[in-house]
Formats: sequence, structure tokens, C-alpha cells
Amino acid sequence: MDENSVGGVAASSKKTLWKVIGASSLGTLIEWYDFYIFGSLAIVISTKFFPPDNPTAAFLSTLATFAAGFVVRPFGALFFGRLGDIIGRKYTFMVTLLLMGLSTCAIGLVPGYQTIGFVAPVLVLVLRLLQGLALGGEYGGAATYVAEHSEPHKRGFRTSWIQTTATVGLFISLAVIMLTKSSMSAESFDDWGWRVPFLISSVMVVVSYFIRRNMDESPLFKKAKSEGKTSSNPLKESFGNKYNFKFVLLALFGATMGQGVIWYTGQFYALSFLQNVCHVDFDQTNFIIGTALLAGTGFFVFFGWLSDRIGRKPVMLAGMLLAILTYRPIYDRMYQLTDVTVKQELVDQQRTEGNILMKAYDDGSTATWVSEGESVKQTVHVGKGAFFSIALLVFIQVLYVTMVYGPIAAFLVEMFPVRIRYTSMSLPYHVGNGIFGGLLPAVATYLVTKAQMANTAAQQISGNAPYEKPHLEGLWYPILIAGVSFVIGLLYLKNKNQNVQ
Amino acid sequence: MNTIKRILGVVWILLGLAAGYYLIVSQAIPQFTSGKTEDLVPAIIYTFILMPIITGGLCIFGWYALQGEYNTVE
Repeated sequence: MDENSVGGVAASSKKTLWKVIGASSLGTLIEWYDFYIFGSLAIVISTKFFPPDNPTAAFLSTLATFAAGFVVRPFGALFFGRLGDIIGRKYTFMVTLLLMGLSTCAIGLVPGYQTIGFVAPVLVLVLRLLQGLALGGEYGGAATYVAEHSEPHKRGFRTSWIQTTATVGLFISLAVIMLTKSSMSAESFDDWGWRVPFLISSVMVVVSYFIRRNMDESPLFKKAKSEGKTSSNPLKESFGNKYNFKFVLLALFGATMGQGVIWYTGQFYALSFLQNVCHVDFDQTNFIIGTALLAGTGFFVFFGWLSDRIGRKPVMLAGMLLAILTYRPIYDRMYQLTDVTVKQELVDQQRTEGNILMKAYDDGSTATWVSEGESVKQTVHVGKGAFFSIALLVFIQVLYVTMVYGPIAAFLVEMFPVRIRYTSMSLPYHVGNGIFGGLLPAVATYLVTKAQMANTAAQQISGNAPYEKPHLEGLWYPILIAGVSFVIGLLYLKNKNQNVQ
Repeated sequence: MNTIKRILGVVWILLGLAAGYYLIVSQAIPQFTSGKTEDLVPAIIYTFILMPIITGGLCIFGWYALQGEYNTVE
């Protein structure tokens, strides 16, 4: 068989292929943008739609901002995956794009709690659920669509462009929010400006819709359909058939579970760790993460390309192993770089203004302590040297992300046959990323808080703290999950397409 | 290698059961009974999302491994 043919169908021409990659990536990028702006603006959203003194509203708030968006993704994968395997990839991922765009735009238009009362948080929760469903259907469609247009020996490289979209989407969401913030007063942003990033999405979705509308259906799906080989019940065939279901489980436990926690550690827990554990200034942490993401994004394509040369398995497993071995030293170093108790204070520069205490340090770092009642809020602004060191440490984590995530689309596509591909690959991807990865910041933060509380309690009684480094306790979650995934992947995965034909 | 894969099937089943026990007994039940509204969300997630996926998934995966279903993958 010609290396440029796909299952007996000639791969698309180069020009068509780049159009396919461009159209698919743009749509997926917009979906990630939409998904992330909700998270990035969660604090503002909670003040607009959820009264803080109402426990039921607080419950809805937690559900909407945290659980629903992630947990519902596998259901979107099942619902839209089934549609994609029955009616086609192109129409299904156009529906997910429109659903995501409309939900996002609608969030920007929902009146606040002050205007419509309890209907506001319920509407926001429903719209967040729709966002999660849409994202669950989008990714599998885009990855399958691009892979089915590609030459088999370049699938890793071609689909890696789809893999860049999650990171670029996050980057653009942060940039749009910061630009909107900087273009108006803080009061205007708090009043109505926060709605702008949501409304901008509608313009991007319309543009992407018209680009995608003119694309052809995937050649492999077209061939399968014309031969009457598409599945009439992809859900039953994917999960009710032992032969396929064992590959779904293998994809989840041997790859996407580990990949999900590494992705969320590198991109999200790093941010949360710097802000909540190291108390680094909000804008500075965003700059650090943004710098590392910008520097690392190209490596998605590199590792996708490399996986075409040496196989998906070694690239992904190397990323997992490196992460498992180095997470603790990396996070310990990040903590030390921001720990003002070990820095040399410039005593003559210490100032107190009202309830604010300010200190400066010899490495250019500054720290402030704001007293509010009994609580004291600490904020650290690190100096230039520490800034670049931390950015480098985050960049290393982003590199791990690119190693595990760059080849994953091609890996999943190659694991399942055309007739049930959309359904079968979407579920392990969204369980691995949405559930195992999505829960990571909350679980890891919980582990750190628990260790810090145990230390405080023990010190009050005996003086001996049970945890030497409580700030590193949160890392046990990704290390353990990635460790299990690494062993399963190493033993049970093989370095060639397992089920693609 | 096939023998190792099959023997490890038992490990995956035990790991799934241990994770299920930890999620329900150590995490979900104390949170369900804490009386705090904010504890309800993680308790629901542990019981209805994480436990079925981890325990159910790993046990089935381990069972398949034990039966030699993944031997052909090598």
C-alpha cells in the first residue's frame, strides 16, 4: 500500500490538508478559549451570579465553576462521538462549535443575581454544562477529522497542530482578559467589562463556522459510509464489545490518565501552586505561565513529528517518567525561589502604611502583608532572577506536557477502527483529561492544606511536624496516577498501531 | 512477558478495590456526614464519578489482563 494512502483511500493533497488542519485547529482553539475564560473569570463570575452568603448558591457556584465543566465532558464525548460515527465527523464538530459559541456568548448576556435572582446561577450552571458537553464532542471530532485526512506516516505531525490549540486557547484567553482589563478602569471591568471576553467568542465562532462549512467530510468516513460499513450503534460496539472495550480501558489507564495529570500539573497546578502556596502576585504568575506556554507550544509539533519517527509510546512514556522523577525537586525549587523567609531583607526599606506591611529583599523581590481582621494576606513579587528561574521550571513542565500530549491524538486515532473511532477515542481522552486531570488542582490543593493543618496541629501539641515539606504533598496525586499509567503503558501498550486496520 | 501481564492483573484488581475503599470510607462518607454544603460536591464526585471509573475500570482491566486478553497486544 502507498504510504500516502489511508486505508486504501488516497490522503488529501497538501493544500487541502493544511486547510483541514487550519479549519479544525481554529475551531478547537476557540472551544478551548471559551472553556478557559469561564475558569479565568471565575472570581468575577461568582460575585455577579452567586451571593456569597447563600450556601445553596455557593454549592451551585462550586458545581458550575469546578465540577460541571469537567465532569460532563465524557458525556459530551459519548453523545457527540456516537453522532460523529453515525452521521459524520464534519457535521458533528460543526454542531459542537456552535453549541460552545452560543453557550459562551449567552454567559456574557445573562443578567446578574441582583437583577433576576436565583435564575442567574441556575442559567450559568446550565450554560457551563453545555460548554462541557460541547468540548467533549469537539476534540475527538477534530482529531479524527485531521487524522483521517493525513498520510499514515505523518499522523503524529498533522494532528499535533490540534494539540497546540488547548495551550494557545489558554494563552489567548489570558491575553484577551488582560487586554480588556487594561483598556478600561477597574470599576468598568467589574461592572460590565468582564462580559467582553465572552461576547468576543461569538465573532470567532461565526468566522470558524463559515470556514468549516466549506470543508469536505473525512475521506475514510465517506468511504466507510458509501460501503455501508459505518456502525449503527457505536456505543454498543465500543463499550459492549469486549474486543473494543479492552482497548478503551487500555487507552485510559495506559495513556490518557497519566497524560491528563501531567498536562494539568504543568499548566494549571503550577499556576495554582504559585498563587496559593507560594503567594506570588496574580499578574506575575500569569506572566510566568504565559511566558512558559509561549516558549513551549512549538514542542507539541516537534514531539508529534518525533512520534512519527520513533513511535508514540516512547515519547509519551518518557514524558511521564521524567515528570514522575522530577516534579518534587522542581516544585521544591519553585517554593524556595519565592520563600521570603530565606531571602536577605533590606531592613531600611521596610514600610508600614495602615494595615499594610511592605518588605524588600536583596534579590529584587518584594512582599506585602495586608491585615484584614484576624487574617493576613501575603503577596510576593519576585525579582527578575527568580522570575526567569521560575519561568524556566514551568517551561520544563510544559515540555513534559508536550511530550505526553503532542502524540496522543494520533495514538488514540490509531487505536480504534473508523466505524467507532470518534466514540471510542473521545471517552478515554475526556475521562483521562476531564476527570483525572480536571480534578487535579482541587485534589492537590486539598492535600497541601491537609498537610499544613496537620503540621500546625502537631506543632501545638508536641512540636514535631509530621510533614517535612507540606507544600509538596499535593504532588503525590499526579505522581501516583502517572506512575500507574506509566507501568500499564510500558507493559501493555505496543509501539505500533494496535487496532487501526 | 505474557505471564507478568497476567499476574499483574491481580494487582490492578486489588488497586481498584483499595482506591474504592479509600474514596468511599476515607473521603466520601466523612464529607457526606460533615454537614457542610461545600463538602457535598467532592463527596458526590468521589462516589458517583471517581469510584465507578477507578474501581470499576481497574477491576475490569485487571480481569481482562488476568484472562490474557492483552497477551495478543504484545
